[in-house]
Amino acid sequence: MDAGMNKETMYQGQMHKIQRDLMLRWYQELDAAVDNNAPVVYLMVSGNCVELLHACGVLPVYPEINALQLAIRNQSLPALLKSEELGYSSDNCAYVKADMGSYAMNQKTTLGTRIPKPSLILCNYVGCSTYIKWFEHIAALTGAPLYMLDIPFVRTSEPLPQDVEYVVKQLNEVIEILEGITGKKLDPEELRFRVSLARIAEELWSEVKALSKHSPAPYDAYFDATTMMGPLYVYRGQKECVDFFQAALREFGERIQQGTGVGYTEKFRLVVEGPPPYPYFRTFRDLFANWGACAVASTYSTVGGIWEFGFRHDPDHPLKSIAEHMLSQNLANRNFLQRYGQIKRYVDEWQADALVIHSVKSCRLFSAGQGDMREHFTKDLSVPTLFVESDLEDPRYFSTAQMRNRIDAFFEALEHRKFCNTHVAGVAR
Amino acid sequence: MSLSAGVDVGSTQTKAVILNDQREVVANALISTGANVTRAAQKAFDEALRKAGADREDVLCVVGTGYGRYKVTFGDVQITEISCHARGAHFLYPETRTVIDMGGQDSKVIKVGPNGDVQDFVMNDKCAAGTGRFLQAAAEVLGLELDALGEISLRAVHPVRLSSVCAVFVESDIMSYLAQNKSVEDILGGVHSSIAARTMSLVRRVGVEPVVTFTGGVSRNIGMIRALEEKLGTPLKVSPDSHFAGALGAALFALERAEKLSFEGQPNAV
Repeated sequence: MDAGMNKETMYQGQMHKIQRDLMLRWYQELDAAVDNNAPVVYLMVSGNCVELLHACGVLPVYPEINALQLAIRNQSLPALLKSEELGYSSDNCAYVKADMGSYAMNQKTTLGTRIPKPSLILCNYVGCSTYIKWFEHIAALTGAPLYMLDIPFVRTSEPLPQDVEYVVKQLNEVIEILEGITGKKLDPEELRFRVSLARIAEELWSEVKALSKHSPAPYDAYFDATTMMGPLYVYRGQKECVDFFQAALREFGERIQQGTGVGYTEKFRLVVEGPPPYPYFRTFRDLFANWGACAVASTYSTVGGIWEFGFRHDPDHPLKSIAEHMLSQNLANRNFLQRYGQIKRYVDEWQADALVIHSVKSCRLFSAGQGDMREHFTKDLSVPTLFVESDLEDPRYFSTAQMRNRIDAFFEALEHRKFCNTHVAGVAR
Repeated sequence: MSLSAGVDVGSTQTKAVILNDQREVVANALISTGANVTRAAQKAFDEALRKAGADREDVLCVVGTGYGRYKVTFGDVQITEISCHARGAHFLYPETRTVIDMGGQDSKVIKVGPNGDVQDFVMNDKCAAGTGRFLQAAAEVLGLELDALGEISLRAVHPVRLSSVCAVFVESDIMSYLAQNKSVEDILGGVHSSIAARTMSLVRRVGVEPVVTFTGGVSRNIGMIRALEEKLGTPLKVSPDSHFAGALGAALFALERAEKLSFEGQPNAV
C-alpha cells in the first residue's frame, strides 16, 4: 500500500457519501410507512422490476438488502442462530436465515429504523427456488398476499417471444393487484416516465462501468460497485438514481484525470465472480489491496441487471423491456455458458490479469458449477484463476488465515508470472 | 559463514532449514508448534543454528512460511507455504511438475513449472478430511503411535470402506468397525485409502503431470505413499527431506534474496 495513504480516502469517495444518504433516506421512508400505512412491496434483487413499483407509487423492500446490512455491520450471527433455533437447516441460504431470524426477533434495521409489513410480496422468481420458500414463509407470517412471478430460465441465447409474452401477461396481473392496493389506476405516461428515468440511469451506470477499463481503474468494480448497487436497485426509475450516477461518473472521471486510481498502486487487474463475504467485507478487500489488486469488473454487480453490454429499458415498450430484463438481462437467470461469455468479455475488454471466484456456501444457485468455471478459465483459456470459498452472510464460514493463505499464494505466483512475461517481452524487444 | 534460513511454522509442527551459499543443507530442526507460535519459530530456528554451529549474524536472510509466517518476528520476508513447497520439491527433484503436500491440517496439490514456480494450486476446504489430522484421530481412537499407522495399514487384507470423510466422525466409524471385529490392519487400510481418495479429488482439479513429489509431514507415512501411488497409478518421489520441503523452499527464497541484494551491493539490506 502506498505510504501515507489514508484508508478513509482509499475507500470513501463522494459516491459513498451520497449512497449512504440515499439508503438512509430510503430506510427512513420505510420507517415512516409503518405509521402512515404507505404501501410497500417486498421483492428480490435479481432482475428486479423496481421502476414498475415507482410508477405505481409503492416503495420497494428488499429482504436481501436487509439481510446483508446485518452482515456488513457484524450483526447477522444472532439472527442466523435464531432461525436455526426455529428449524432452518444450517445448510439453508443465510440471507433467508438472517432475514427470518431478524423478523422472529422483531428487530429493527441496523440503522434503527422499522421495516413495514408488506402490502404485497412479489416473488420475482429469477433463478432461485429457495427464495420461493422464503417469500412463502414471509407471507405465512405476515398474512400479506403473495404473487409468484414465474420467470422461465433462459434456455436459448435470447428469450423466446412466448417467454416475453408470458412474463408481460403476469406483469399486467401484478399491476392490477398494485392498483387494488393503492386504489389508483396506473398512468401509462407515468410508467413511460419512470422507465425513461431508469434508462438514463442505466446509460450512466454503463459509462461508470466503462471507466474501469482505464488503468489505473478509478474505483474498484467489485467492492465499490457493490456500494453503487443500492441506489441502482432501490431508486432506479427515480431522479435520485440519475443524480447519483451523474455524481459518480463525475467523481470517477476526475479521478482518471488525476490518475488517482483506487488509492494504491494498481499492480493487478481482476475480474471477480460471486457475491462478497459481507461479514468480512473490509478484511476481504484489504487482502486484495495489500497486493495492489483492483477489480475492474465483476459479475455480482450484474445480479440486478446487465447494462454494460447495451441493454436498456425502453419507454416505448415499458412492460416488454421489463420482461426482457427479468428474463435475460440479469446474471441470475442466465445459463452458465452465457456467464462464461460475460466473464471472458470482462477479461478481454477490461484487460484483466486474473479471475477470482468467491464461492459462497449459502447460494448453490450461484456457486454450483464454479469448479468447472475455474477449470474452464484456467485450462481452456489460460486465465489465472483463484477459487476461494466462504459465505455472503454467515461469519462462521470465513477464516481469515485460510483466506489470506490462498490469496497470498495466488498473487505470489501471479507476480512471478507477470515478472517473467515482462522480462521475456523485454528481451524480445 | 554466509547462510540463509527458512522457518515453516505449521499448525502442528515447526520446521527450520539452514542453507549455505552453495545451496547445501547445513542443518534442520523440527519441533511441535504448540500454543506459542512466535516462541516455536524462534526455538526451531535456534535449534537449527545450534546444529549448524552458527550464530544469528551468520544468517543473511530468513524467510518465514506456513500459517504462522507472520509470527516469525525475526524473519525478513514472509512467503506462503504453497510457493515454498513448490520451490522445495523442485529443489529435491528438479523434474517435479506436481506436488502433493499433506500437513497436519492442510493438504494441497500444486502444479509446478520447470523453474519451480507455482502455476496453479488447490487446497482442501475448511475441513480436515484428507490431512494429517484425520490420521491423528485414527491413531487416538486405536491407541497407536501416529508413526506406526503406515506400516500397519500395508498389512490390510480387506480394507474397510469408511462412510465418513470427516476427521471428527472417523472416530465413531472406527469404533463401529472395531465392534464388528474388523482387524486394525483393515481399518487402517481403509483410513489411508479414504485420505488418498480425498486427495485425488484435489489432484484431478489441478491435473496430474509427472513427476509427482510428495511433501509435508504425512510424506513420512509409507501407507499413505502406497495408497496415493495406487490411486494415481504413478510412483511418488519422496525424499527423507520431504517433511522439510516448505522450510527448504523458504530457505532457497532467502538465499536468492541474499544473493540478489549482494549483487546489487547492499548485502545488509535484507
